[in-house]
Amino acid sequence: MVNRKQQTVVHVLLIQVCVMLFVLLMPASSAHSAETVLKFDSDEQAALYLRLTEEFRCLKCQNQNLADSNADLAQDLRNEIYDAVINGQSRDEIADYLVARYGDFVLYRPPVKRVTYLLWFGPFVLLLFAIIGGWRLISSKPTITAPEPSEALEDARRRLNE
Amino acid sequence: MIAEIGQFALILALCAAVVLAVLPLIGSFIVQPQWMALARPAALLQLLMVTISYLALTSTFITNDFSVLYTANTSNTQLPLIYKISGVWGGHEGSILLWVWVLAIWTGAVAIFSKHMPAVLLSRVLSVLGMISIGFMLFVLLTSNPFERIFPIPVDGASLNPLLQDIGMAAHPPLLYMGYVGFSVAFAFAVAALLGGELDSATLRWMRPWTNIAWMFLTLGIALGSYWAYYELGWGGWWFWDPVENASFMPWLLGTALIHSLAASEKRGVFKAWTVLLAVLAFSLSLLGTFIVRSGVLTSVHAFASDPARGKFILYFLVITIGLSLLLFAVRSHKLKSTANFELVSRESALLLNNILLLVACAAVLLGTLYPLFLDALDMGKISVGPQYFNAVFVPLMLPVIMVVGIGALLNWKKDKLKGRQTTLLALVILSLIAGAILATQFDGYKITAAAAIGLAIWVAASSLYGVYYRLRNKRNRLSAAMHTPAAFWGMTIAHIGMGVFTLGVALTSMFADEQTVRMGIGETHELAGYEFRFKSIDEVRGPNYVAAQATFVITKEQNSVSTLVAEKRVYNVRRDTMTEAGIDGGLTRDLFIALGEHLGNNEWSIRLQYKPFIRWIWFGTVFMALGALLAAVDRRYRVAATTQKRARNTKVATGAATGAAS
Amino acid sequence: MWKYIPLILFFGLVGFLARGLSLDPSELPSPLIDKPAPTFQLQSLFDSSEYNPESFTGEVWLFNVWASWCRACITEHPELEKLNKIEGLTMVGLNHKDVLDDGRSWLNRFGNPFDTVVFDQQGSTGINYGVYGVPETFIMDKKGVVRYKHIGPISEEDLNTILLPLIEQLKAEQV
Repeated sequence: MVNRKQQTVVHVLLIQVCVMLFVLLMPASSAHSAETVLKFDSDEQAALYLRLTEEFRCLKCQNQNLADSNADLAQDLRNEIYDAVINGQSRDEIADYLVARYGDFVLYRPPVKRVTYLLWFGPFVLLLFAIIGGWRLISSKPTITAPEPSEALEDARRRLNE
Repeated sequence: MIAEIGQFALILALCAAVVLAVLPLIGSFIVQPQWMALARPAALLQLLMVTISYLALTSTFITNDFSVLYTANTSNTQLPLIYKISGVWGGHEGSILLWVWVLAIWTGAVAIFSKHMPAVLLSRVLSVLGMISIGFMLFVLLTSNPFERIFPIPVDGASLNPLLQDIGMAAHPPLLYMGYVGFSVAFAFAVAALLGGELDSATLRWMRPWTNIAWMFLTLGIALGSYWAYYELGWGGWWFWDPVENASFMPWLLGTALIHSLAASEKRGVFKAWTVLLAVLAFSLSLLGTFIVRSGVLTSVHAFASDPARGKFILYFLVITIGLSLLLFAVRSHKLKSTANFELVSRESALLLNNILLLVACAAVLLGTLYPLFLDALDMGKISVGPQYFNAVFVPLMLPVIMVVGIGALLNWKKDKLKGRQTTLLALVILSLIAGAILATQFDGYKITAAAAIGLAIWVAASSLYGVYYRLRNKRNRLSAAMHTPAAFWGMTIAHIGMGVFTLGVALTSMFADEQTVRMGIGETHELAGYEFRFKSIDEVRGPNYVAAQATFVITKEQNSVSTLVAEKRVYNVRRDTMTEAGIDGGLTRDLFIALGEHLGNNEWSIRLQYKPFIRWIWFGTVFMALGALLAAVDRRYRVAATTQKRARNTKVATGAATGAAS
Repeated sequence: MWKYIPLILFFGLVGFLARGLSLDPSELPSPLIDKPAPTFQLQSLFDSSEYNPESFTGEVWLFNVWASWCRACITEHPELEKLNKIEGLTMVGLNHKDVLDDGRSWLNRFGNPFDTVVFDQQGSTGINYGVYGVPETFIMDKKGVVRYKHIGPISEEDLNTILLPLIEQLKAEQV
């Protein structure tokens, strides 16, 4: 049986899990600063520019984002994004602009829509099933197969196993 | 002539593999000791022949024999010797021959180090390995023959991709293949267990060190690949979630799960069917990775020149190996009864949770990697799945694993009331978080995420060390008790602490990295993250097979000299490829990274400066993990126990074989 | 029964992988299909006359993106010449990110298959059309709607099996 102290430990751990999940899942504010070859009005704009060039795919390349690619097209698109950022456009507006021309393929973060539900939610649904399965495995075991060995006996067995 | 010897040796090796795959296996069912006894010599003969074949190909590289097509395509007279040797695996044909060689080495190693293994088990394990060999040797001979000749003979070779002319990249594929292919041993044990319908703890004891060693190689291989990408690709990133990277990471995730479930199965007789399934899946994902890398179904920066004919061959091979072993699992695994039971709070539960999370994380990586293919095949559009997706899904799945790693290790088997530990653990959680909160002040701009991440890393290390203390708590002489504590325990502890080190590196690098692309002329200075970078000079230098523009930077911090770095932009003579060689000042708490970009005219250059705090901890962490696996693998209990078990088992050989044949 | 699940999933996966072998991951469908041709206002390569998509309304028109620095454009040149001979098809060329004189001399050297050639040094029209690999070819119907996009050089087979039937179909359509 789970005693109270144990429950406290479990609760604290659960809270720890929740806090960390919450904290780590918050949109990370990018620590990157300005590309000084380009001039920006604010640090936010500079950060947005860098984030976007990392989020969009260079279509011509094998598998590279716009920031890492030396291709001509990547340079052009970087310029487009730069102009849009300077003009105060948001991430979504710029993404829409590119998707209208190149399709969803240009986005490294696939949009959440009907065809990508499985992609975005599949892992967590699987996790749910796996945890239910694991839970049933633990709780469905016949617990009266053998008389409960005493602590000392159990300890001795453990030592033997080590 | 040498090339023909190589090809002939490979054909002989194939014959040996056929003998290995067929006779010992049949012998194990019809109880023919002579047939079973063929397993070891056949495995060793195969190793000898593949070695000859591999050395033959290497010698064509060293002697610049460009009458061999593969050599002409991959090597060059100007190439330094070391890269001629590593260039053998620089292209598709040679790397697949390396794969075959590595498989032969593992098979040979099983044959050599298994003198005490029951004959039935050994012959089945080696036979399964032989079957895998057949597949890959046929693949080499039928679709990717590296010994093919060309006429007319070119005067010089086309040379190796300059990206691969690097020590790190030279060592990366062999390590990776040792890992990938190493899982074939666990796979072979699993299939043998399914064939025999039993998986006792003796067999599991045999499996554990092999799996640990394979996992160690895979860990090092992936880490080296990541390190190489960091300093050689010139972007300063260390992981890109590229399909080819994922292909090596998925077997790693399942291999990690397998190591843990093997522990539970061996010690407590639980999760047996599950362990077998994991062993099958881990190797299956290695094979799937081969398919992904070599078939061209996915777009990757690292993929080999793709060829649908090769893809088709590997796909047939996948269907046969994975399909048959999963079918075998479906119809036979009910025989692998798990004996013991356990309660909610127990080591078994912790390992179960570990397995669930690792499996789901692996499934997420697989889904993300193949999703573009799924949609394309169903004609539902083309999408890209990149780092943003993987970070969003993978990180929350792995965080709980990292959080409970230390606790799981100090839980008792079967049932644990956490007696005498809950207060300490609670205190450790709180202290770790406080320490994290304090240490996070050391960085520019306080971040609550950074405090949480540092706290988490400290918690992993603290709870692991507490596990050591807890184990030794009642011993009178703790030092001598520590000396007598099994290597496997220390291995586990070190690997878990490595996980904490790794976590810290990843978190701090991703949160506090800083970078700027700047236009700089000679003599100009730019400041980044408190460091002054002065562009001192630019020179033209000549390497053995390239010409480079070499920029020298002097770095100071608060007037104190820190380092002088050299960043190069190379143009290779033969292929005219341009390569960026970054200048890196590595340190325990930060790396400074300079990449030379375009020449903008007027002696001005575009320069990418990066500040990467704690990035080395990522690779330190993986080295800890690998070291832990090695320690666990050399634990003498596995050898001693195996010998004693052998005496008990020897009498059972005949009965075991009969059972296997009957069922 | 759960023990069959890995096997079933695996065979599902194999189905996709097998299909994947015959797909080209680098070929991208255009989101512009069945949408009005993106607008542009460009000068002719040869004189100061200006053109925009409305200039071609009422005609089936082909819009070929090419450049003098593009090697593959030479490969498809003969096919463009064949297309030029079709009655009722207006051939429009977009000289993409090129130098005026280079573009002109390229046409002089290989022959001009176009009825109209517009010039875009900046390449912004290319971006609006989602061009990522030159040459690319668009076919617009009489209403100025994009009906087809071809990426890369047009081969003789592409011409006969895809382009010609489509052009005939579009010519037959009523405005």
